[in-house]
Amino acid sequence: MDDTADFSHDSNSGMTKRQLLSMIGKSAGGTAMLMAMAPLGQAQASTFKGPISLEGGARGKKVLVLGGGVAGMVSALELSRAGYAVEVLEYNDRVGGRAWTLKGGDTFTELGGATQTCEFAPGNYINPGPWRIPTEHGGLIHYCQQLGVGLEPFQQQNYNAYLHSTAAFGGVPQRYKTIQADYYGHVSELLAKAVRQNALADTVSAEDGEILLESLRSWGALDRNMRYVKSDASASRRGWDKGPGGGLTAVPIPSEPLDAHTVLQSGLWRNIGGHLSNEHQHAIFQPVGGMGQIAAGFERAVGHMIRRNSKVTEIRQSDSGVTVNFVDTKSGERLSTSADYCVCTIPLSVLAQIPLNVGPTLASAITAVPYRPSVKIGLEFKRRFWEQDESIYGGITSTDLPISQISYPSYGYGSQGPGVLLGAYTGGAISYELTAQSPAERVRRAVEWGAEIHPQYRSEFMNGISVGWHRVPWTLGCFGMWNEQTRATHYQNLCQMDGRFMIAGEHASYIGGWIEGAITSALDAVGRLHQRVQQAG
Amino acid sequence: MNIKQSIALLAASVTLAGALAATATAQSAVSGDAASAAPTAVAADTGEATYQNLCAACHMPDAMGAAGAGNYPALASNPRLIAKGYPLYVVLKGKNGMPPMADMLDDQQVADVVNYVRTHFGNAYADQATATEAAQLR
Repeated sequence: MDDTADFSHDSNSGMTKRQLLSMIGKSAGGTAMLMAMAPLGQAQASTFKGPISLEGGARGKKVLVLGGGVAGMVSALELSRAGYAVEVLEYNDRVGGRAWTLKGGDTFTELGGATQTCEFAPGNYINPGPWRIPTEHGGLIHYCQQLGVGLEPFQQQNYNAYLHSTAAFGGVPQRYKTIQADYYGHVSELLAKAVRQNALADTVSAEDGEILLESLRSWGALDRNMRYVKSDASASRRGWDKGPGGGLTAVPIPSEPLDAHTVLQSGLWRNIGGHLSNEHQHAIFQPVGGMGQIAAGFERAVGHMIRRNSKVTEIRQSDSGVTVNFVDTKSGERLSTSADYCVCTIPLSVLAQIPLNVGPTLASAITAVPYRPSVKIGLEFKRRFWEQDESIYGGITSTDLPISQISYPSYGYGSQGPGVLLGAYTGGAISYELTAQSPAERVRRAVEWGAEIHPQYRSEFMNGISVGWHRVPWTLGCFGMWNEQTRATHYQNLCQMDGRFMIAGEHASYIGGWIEGAITSALDAVGRLHQRVQQAG
Repeated sequence: MNIKQSIALLAASVTLAGALAATATAQSAVSGDAASAAPTAVAADTGEATYQNLCAACHMPDAMGAAGAGNYPALASNPRLIAKGYPLYVVLKGKNGMPPMADMLDDQQVADVVNYVRTHFGNAYADQATATEAAQLR
């Protein structure tokens, strides 16, 4: 956001050539520095700096970790490696938290009592929570490699997927490649026109203007006259009326570009930026078999330390230790356990309701973070019509329908059996509205909306499963939402150690809602905890 | 339109798109691994409709709340609704993990949904909240 604002400002004020060169020089220098430093592990995109090493011994101390999600399991893994006795309490009957996959036979009971049983065919799944792993997220990639969790490419951007608006092209979805080619092409042509009319003479030198024209020809697929027109060059980006082939019918027929007015008015260019952020750039990955494999990997390493079905009811610390009361959710038995220190990864939406004696600044930080609404809906169809009929292999279709997007599976390409796609992934007000419906009604609506893009929905639909995150019993929402004001007032306080108690999780990070936030937060927390133990002697 | 005006317009639309994106991700400085543009306003013209399309997601259609690792309080027969200012404030500002609804509801919708809850589900408070009162609490 800040970069965009700065750049807009420069554009308006008219950047001189010197400023332009200076800016390019700075960014080139930055890139060079980053490339030089990356092999040393000092300039990773997240704060992950490689494996941590907690030297000096655990002094016989025990740490109680609350929550068996990724933050809790990273804490348990690194603390136990350093020699600490570790005990983990987990509310669910499984580990992993939001690193979670729903596949055939799995059940999910949401708040309100509705239970869904996933009916997907073997091999099909959805990830109700996080679902992709950017290259930027070196911490998670590190643990996946260490714990034997296989990764495969996630198709974030698919040029053959659709951009769809109910208000453009009569609601007919457009191929991403077509809109991007025409958008880039027309913008290039317009800018080239401005250069040739010397409209930019006060900001771009004659020499740079020539360079700019060549770059625009390349960027926009312009012809020799700097026009974006029907041609082999434009068709090789936006698609052909008849593609090239072999033999007698080999001659390709280019397609006619949309005019600039149509492209601009469609608003579909809005969706092109979404794939450009660091966290969505290729290469981007997913665990083979779903995000649940991350949970399984950690479980192999620390599963024996985790007590499941344990609902924390009170956390009390004193000068000498921390005591946690909890209920076994299966037996109803009231239990208690103690340790020298506590790392708490319980979502703040839940922790805010648990009696806990900490100082006023931490107490107020815990109550300051609302949880984001979101809904994901997985739909299974009799066949992969998106592949068979429309040549869409993975990737994402964006739409202004309430479902927001359709994501096609980045695995099992070409398989003939039933296929599962992500039929809705929402934020904002529609998430509450969908969450308020019964699971069957959510699925019914997702099928109805999706059929506007893929009419095959109507005849091929088999079954679906939905997760409205505010009805997830162990998070009461999707992830913690921070804003500038709450960051300034509460973030540092939330992360500070309070006596023998400290907080970790995606909510205690600047990578909210991503597993990398949970990992970097946990590593930071256990590092400081270990330092405290060393200083205490 | 000259080129400077065009660029200014483009810059303005980029800023607007950014603002919309920020709203869509509901004030999160970092949006997380989350969906993009989605409707940000609740389309409901009665207190009942707002309740069933928004509040019921957590407090449940029968206002009985729910309990998991944490709780959603029941709004049914809830004595804390006695002073209308409290529910008005919580709807607008949120509480603990409950997000503020101020960006999704206009003042009339806030007043209507508070009045609806305070006169249904076993609650029977006679005094009405107004859009003006909601506006004052923003």
